[in-house]
Amino acid sequence: MAILEVNNVSIRYITGDFKDIGLKEFVMRKLTGHYHVTEFWADKDVSFTLERGEMLGIIGSNGAGKSTLLKAVSGIMVPTEGTIRRQGSIAALLELASGFDDELTVRENAYLRGAMLGYTRRFMDEKYDEIIAFAELKDFQDRPFKQLSSGMKSRLAFSIACLVKPDILILDEVLSVGDGAFRKKSERKMHEVINSGATTILVSHSLEQVRALCSKVLWLHKGRQVACGTDVAGICDRYQQFLDGKLTIEAAGE
Amino acid sequence: MFKTFKTHHFLFEELVKRDFKKKYKRTVLGMAWSVLSPLLSLLVMRLVFTQFFGRNTPHYTTFLFCGNLVFSFFSESTNQGMTSLMGNAAIFTKVNVPKYLFLLAKNAQCLINFGLTLCVFFVFCVLDHITFTWRFILLLYPIACLVVLNLGIGLILSALFVFFRDMQYLWSVFTQLLMYMSAIFYSVDNFSPQIQRLFLANPVYVIIKYFRVIVLEGALLSWQYHLLMAAEALLVLALGCWMYKKYNHQFLYYV
Repeated sequence: MAILEVNNVSIRYITGDFKDIGLKEFVMRKLTGHYHVTEFWADKDVSFTLERGEMLGIIGSNGAGKSTLLKAVSGIMVPTEGTIRRQGSIAALLELASGFDDELTVRENAYLRGAMLGYTRRFMDEKYDEIIAFAELKDFQDRPFKQLSSGMKSRLAFSIACLVKPDILILDEVLSVGDGAFRKKSERKMHEVINSGATTILVSHSLEQVRALCSKVLWLHKGRQVACGTDVAGICDRYQQFLDGKLTIEAAGE
Repeated sequence: MFKTFKTHHFLFEELVKRDFKKKYKRTVLGMAWSVLSPLLSLLVMRLVFTQFFGRNTPHYTTFLFCGNLVFSFFSESTNQGMTSLMGNAAIFTKVNVPKYLFLLAKNAQCLINFGLTLCVFFVFCVLDHITFTWRFILLLYPIACLVVLNLGIGLILSALFVFFRDMQYLWSVFTQLLMYMSAIFYSVDNFSPQIQRLFLANPVYVIIKYFRVIVLEGALLSWQYHLLMAAEALLVLALGCWMYKKYNHQFLYYV
């Protein structure tokens, strides 16, 4: 029984006139027939399944629809077409540093973030010291968040996020954060989480990482599924060739 | 719905806390403002209407306070509720949380404020020699209706606000209009019965009147009146829920 099943998922974004126009403009354009909404398929016909313990790497250039697909998998978006079937809990670590509140202190932000990730208060009370120690922010606990450097912010975000114990883990370029020393530490921690048996989806621009970690790979290009399978080395090779300009996307899809 | 709320109650509490802390940040008096600001506006109203317009309604301060109490809760709750969804866009585009949670948190914060003002209200009632009866307990009913009404309007406004930022300005004009139509500083007794019945279409007035009848007259209202109040509030809530259900997955595209 697959733990995650993505069947022919297509996701349509709507862009165009409706953003940033006021009510008056909206009514005027509706009346005069100048109201245009353009559709944009961020993902088209993507399918894959994951079994327990498998690790999927998603590769593709910018704008390939990777993040959108992850949003659909984590339930933030609903696919326009197709279905997604999940089993068990899911944790998506997308763009870690955003979503903090600058006015609150480090402690308050830590609890708020923990709540967002679905932890319980008891869990946060237990783990709080550990989080702060791992993020190396002991002297900053009661400082307003805006006084922290961006590196410190992502360190805190990482330290809270890496405590998740989900059935499905989604990582969007968050394998490692911070400066040299912290980077090593965070990588080690992340591997611990991955090795604990969670089914993982990893988006990465580092092909070495994908080759080293993943048991399955999905290549997206402009929303379309170029290749998907367990032949990690083969697909990564072709992707590398494509990046070097030696292979066209049509040939790669064969 | 109850189950999702249970799993998210920690987030809910943290959101309420955050809203509270942010609201009173960098104010010297802090939470005292939630009591002081309705008191000050009451003072202004009292000054204007007794000194300049020479109103001589008995217990006029309490009469005014009833209106002011209800209306300021309504206005604060709906105005803050309107921006609650948009203000948390950074959260709901990254984490899968129920979107109504932000509105609930804002409303909970406003309800706490209202509770404080209500205490001051009762102190004023004592000062104004109002006799307290067991019927005061019935005030819980219009308060419950008001909370439901605020939630409903908050749902509608916060959804609309995502699509049209104009709502902010339109709503502030509408609130002002509604304030004058809610008989806060005047009594509707001078109007013809038809006009008086028209006032009952305004749910805020219906609640204010309930307060006045209980507090000033110590009387009871008919069961039809209770039904009307609940019906108006629930109708608005149903409309709000429907909008959230319909647009729940589209908010994302507009932020």
